[in-house]
Amino acid sequence: MAEQTEIRTTERAPAPPPAPPAKPDSAVIRDALGVGIAVGLSGFAFGVTSAGAGLGLLQTCALSLLVFTGASQFALVGALAAGGNPFTAAAGAFFLGARNAFYGLRLSAVLGYRARVRPFAAHWVIDETSAVTLAQPDRRSARLGFTVTGLTLYVLWNLTTLVGALGAGALGDTDAWGLDAAGPAVFLALLAPMVKDTVERVAAGLAVVLVMVTLPLLPTGVPVLVAALAAPAVLLVQGRRERATGAEETPRTPRAGTAAPHAPGDQAEELRHTTEEDRA
Amino acid sequence: MTVWIAIALTAVGCYLVKYLGLSAPAGVLERPLVKRLAALLPVALLAALTAQETFSDGPHLMLDAKAAGVAAAAVALVLRAPFLLVVGVAVAVTAGVRALGG
Repeated sequence: MAEQTEIRTTERAPAPPPAPPAKPDSAVIRDALGVGIAVGLSGFAFGVTSAGAGLGLLQTCALSLLVFTGASQFALVGALAAGGNPFTAAAGAFFLGARNAFYGLRLSAVLGYRARVRPFAAHWVIDETSAVTLAQPDRRSARLGFTVTGLTLYVLWNLTTLVGALGAGALGDTDAWGLDAAGPAVFLALLAPMVKDTVERVAAGLAVVLVMVTLPLLPTGVPVLVAALAAPAVLLVQGRRERATGAEETPRTPRAGTAAPHAPGDQAEELRHTTEEDRA
Repeated sequence: MTVWIAIALTAVGCYLVKYLGLSAPAGVLERPLVKRLAALLPVALLAALTAQETFSDGPHLMLDAKAAGVAAAAVALVLRAPFLLVVGVAVAVTAGVRALGG
């Protein structure tokens, strides 16, 4: 008996495994939950920061419910806490949120939602949902990843915002708990994966110099907007240099003829190509 | 009231850009220069915000325990720590340095 079983198993063993049909749903859900839970919980830091900045409970919760893009929320309460006027504060938050338009562009091709669904899906178009969605191999996984990440993150982010805002009072001096470091740490954590090459490093460095120099001189909120000019400035200089020296000498173009810039998420570019081919 | 104005402006503006991206016909924002600027703008803004929130108190520049916390977060990022841990490290180190009288 034992021998027979052994033979059978060896007969079966060499058969090639069937081609993986698609990423299993459980794997997509696991990825999505990992990101959704980790980032969702940091809504606590936002709630505390916002309450510490002097915003009311309703105002703090309104930001997480209605703005729902973390960096913009932190930027807004930071600017308001520093005494900035509402328009410069909102402008900084808005410019920071503008990157979501470009995530949306990529996602619309991958998700392929109908016009009726888009107004609802749009609210969840942020860094984290884009990262998870664009990493999926096909539309089914992409939609699942987007929905699970979006839902988990939205629910947790808003719950923890509420808890953080309520808890801020109980904590007393939030600075003593080091919670004022949460804002800059969030910004740094979002920034790190975006800085990949020389152009990005130079833009980041120039922005830091601009904000430090102008902080004592300009009204609150304005220095960050001035620092944003580092982006077009660096592109302008780079464009001139490219024209002057020829494309092959620029650091941004590793292969000849590929002048394609990379917008947020390199893998997104590849994925978009594959999905477009699939549909063709 | 000014706070509510800022919240309303930010909410409407941030929602509209998300919706615009998801609904714009492919190709509208696909010009290379627009894409490059879109990728680089958050880099500049986030770098500026990190520096401002770390080294300033209103219009005044300063160096305190927060700088140590953010430096620790940077180390955590280099070590590829997950998002929540990065934020946690920054908070814990800042609190620790303050408790020690930094």
